[in-house]
Amino acid sequence: MSKTIKLKRGLDIRLAGEAEKRIVALPMAESYGISPLDFNGVVPKLLVRPGDAVKAGTPLFFDKYHPEVLFTSPVSGTVDCVSRGDKRKILCVSVTADGKQDSEQFDVKPADKATGAEVKELLLKSGLWPFITQRPYGIVANPADEPKAIFVSGFDSAPLAPDMDFALQGQEENLKAGFEALRKLTAGKVHLGVKAGADGVVSKAANVEKTAFKGPHPAGNVGVQIHHVDPINKGEIVWTVDIQMVAIIGRLFNTGKLDMTKVYALTGSELIEPVYVSAISGAPFVSLLRGNIKRQGRDGKVRIINGNVLSGKKADARMYVAANTNQITVIPEGDKYEFLGWAMPRCDKFSVSRSYFSWLMPKKTYVLDTNLHGGHRPYIVTGLFERYLPMDIYPMYLFKAILAKDIDKMENLGIYEVIEEDVALCEFVDPSKNDIQQTVRDGINLMIKELS
Amino acid sequence: MEKLRNIVDKFKPQFEKGGRFGWLHSTFDGFETFLFVPKTVTTSGAHVRDVNDTKRVMIMVVLALLPALLFGMYNVGLQHFRAIGELAQTESVLGCWWYGFWRVLPLILVSYIVGLGIEFIFAQVRGHEINEGYLVSGMLIPLIMPIDVPLWMVAVAVAFAVIIGKEVFGGTGMNIFNPALLARAFVFFAYTPFISGETVWVRGLGKGGAYVDGFSGATPLTTLSESASSGTLDFGGYSLCDMIVGTIPGSIGETSVIAIALGAVILLWSGVASWRIMLSVVVGGLAMGLLFNAIGGNAYMEMPAYYHLVMGGFAFGAVFMATDPVTASQTNKGKFICGFLIGVIAVLIRVVNPGYPEGMMLSILFMNALAPLVDHYVVAANVKRRNKRMKTVKA
Repeated sequence: MSKTIKLKRGLDIRLAGEAEKRIVALPMAESYGISPLDFNGVVPKLLVRPGDAVKAGTPLFFDKYHPEVLFTSPVSGTVDCVSRGDKRKILCVSVTADGKQDSEQFDVKPADKATGAEVKELLLKSGLWPFITQRPYGIVANPADEPKAIFVSGFDSAPLAPDMDFALQGQEENLKAGFEALRKLTAGKVHLGVKAGADGVVSKAANVEKTAFKGPHPAGNVGVQIHHVDPINKGEIVWTVDIQMVAIIGRLFNTGKLDMTKVYALTGSELIEPVYVSAISGAPFVSLLRGNIKRQGRDGKVRIINGNVLSGKKADARMYVAANTNQITVIPEGDKYEFLGWAMPRCDKFSVSRSYFSWLMPKKTYVLDTNLHGGHRPYIVTGLFERYLPMDIYPMYLFKAILAKDIDKMENLGIYEVIEEDVALCEFVDPSKNDIQQTVRDGINLMIKELS
Repeated sequence: MEKLRNIVDKFKPQFEKGGRFGWLHSTFDGFETFLFVPKTVTTSGAHVRDVNDTKRVMIMVVLALLPALLFGMYNVGLQHFRAIGELAQTESVLGCWWYGFWRVLPLILVSYIVGLGIEFIFAQVRGHEINEGYLVSGMLIPLIMPIDVPLWMVAVAVAFAVIIGKEVFGGTGMNIFNPALLARAFVFFAYTPFISGETVWVRGLGKGGAYVDGFSGATPLTTLSESASSGTLDFGGYSLCDMIVGTIPGSIGETSVIAIALGAVILLWSGVASWRIMLSVVVGGLAMGLLFNAIGGNAYMEMPAYYHLVMGGFAFGAVFMATDPVTASQTNKGKFICGFLIGVIAVLIRVVNPGYPEGMMLSILFMNALAPLVDHYVVAANVKRRNKRMKTVKA
């Protein structure tokens, strides 16, 4: 079988609230929304007004700098509202669903017969293009580029992450067509990172270059997989696609319709019933989580996270679930004081430091809250980040180069190879409590600004 | 703890910006965060964080210093009673310790009050949070001073180390030289007679009073360095065992290899200090010692290499000084290189330079200065490797 890459560095944080292996199909919600903020590097321009009738697959807005990149409605109905923030920045376009789920009919050829240009056109028209992400930078891919390869991670190693083999069961044909379509977009290979030892739907995918990965998180991060299979150098571009998105692309080619139904894992210690749900992407969080969040004492606050606890985004229950996430996590907020906490044994809390005791209990699962557990300090401890970033990169030197806004150094030290999620563990373990993911995003934005 | 929290909350508004004591905001915050881990929640990035913070890291180091401190106190009393010939008193461990406790305490208090005072002022002026770094430096400084050093001298040295050594660079995390060693170097060069010679290492010696005839307060290193020129090895009458246990004159915390080893275990077990540095300092010292053995030449050079590890400040420096994460090398390879060189240079200074019986302090400070250069080359090698990868891809 394919070759196996063993990663030693990294960390699996065992949290309470793993989703039960059972898929609950949710009824349609009343309204659906799509937010340009879920896509890096996009400046939205509206194509619809409130009151317009739309079908699933009708464009709602496009990217100002790449007008061919369309963002389409996941459901049929009428455009409800366009919510805006400061300087009239578009935050979200919402559609009231009519429940009929009429879809635009796209002109499709079987994926294995279509040409690269045809695949590209279909993805752009259907609104699936924005789910192709470009590395470096982790931004929406530019349709004019030719990537040297396309990478798909077949598993997610983040805390409480969904089991993709389970979520994608029954999607074999769609996956096959999806990979077939992706193959047309690059002269290079389409790589699929699979979990070593797994034997599910994903591992059986054909027509792709498979590499097995073994080791703790972030082994499932596509950035880490790229680094070990075919690293990105200056001037090179690769594209990445989420594994569930590959199935949705395949579904489009197999049916000619845009069907954004996918499986989300509802996870986290504050859920009554952590479970997998199948829903159309863009549904509001409330519709997925209704009646499932534990009620605590009078000040029991919870945080809803669009994604996993390490790299997900903080969400509001009224917001809409993004299509480019596979997981929703609910954990307790931690806005409580802790008397002399830094001196306590803190047996119920997790730390990689052996000055605490979690190393004695490798099987224990933890209920972690959002407390920062300390104050912001300059970088003090050394040699720690390296242990949680399985790449040939000196993380602290990279972060310091970003803080110093030194473009040359950032380039040399590996800014092209990382995005936020890759350094999330560094941020987790940092005793100086620096916001490292934000630092990396600032660095990437600076690179885009300076080099364009 | 609800009551205490209520009291803190009651006073808090007065210390906020615009409050009556707004100018003491950082100070209040320093005490508040000491008592209560703040309720700050994550706003960007990872939603959950490791409970480890810099307070915990620093407190582990202070904890690791305790064996050396407690033994140091005992040894101060022991040496004193030996010097005045009250051998009966030396029988009582607690008595010796109690005597030493009262002599060492003022040094610790001066170090903390002056050092933290300056830290608080700087944090206040800058509007920063108080940094815990000085909790460690403030404990290290008394431990590397001779017991008879005047308190005002400690105060001046601390002020120098904190202001010139740390704050001018931007505070903890930004400094180039180990602040504690800088304090010692300051006393060493500014007030040399108070930190070298034969009389400063034992409490009260050389200030008149009844002392046993022929009692020398010199450290084994000093007597060794003086005797080596005459071709013999004189450890001042102390055996290897004395030097390992630590019942010899010397700086307060540096004498007992056993107490320091206990500290090393705590530091390595908790992962606070780098085993790479500790190991390579020891290997470097041994290697240089063995090299001198091979060359021969004089009695000092022929002394068994392991003696270097147990004498003077070698062990203390290797465990507590060389491993300071801020001033040591920051790359894993650099840690091996710098650590090794610290060991080598320390032994080199001891054996070759007759002016300085002890070389550990200067060796560590020197490698503090060189560490960024070593790191630069380690990182440059990584960049080169990565760029080469690009060329092979294109070829």
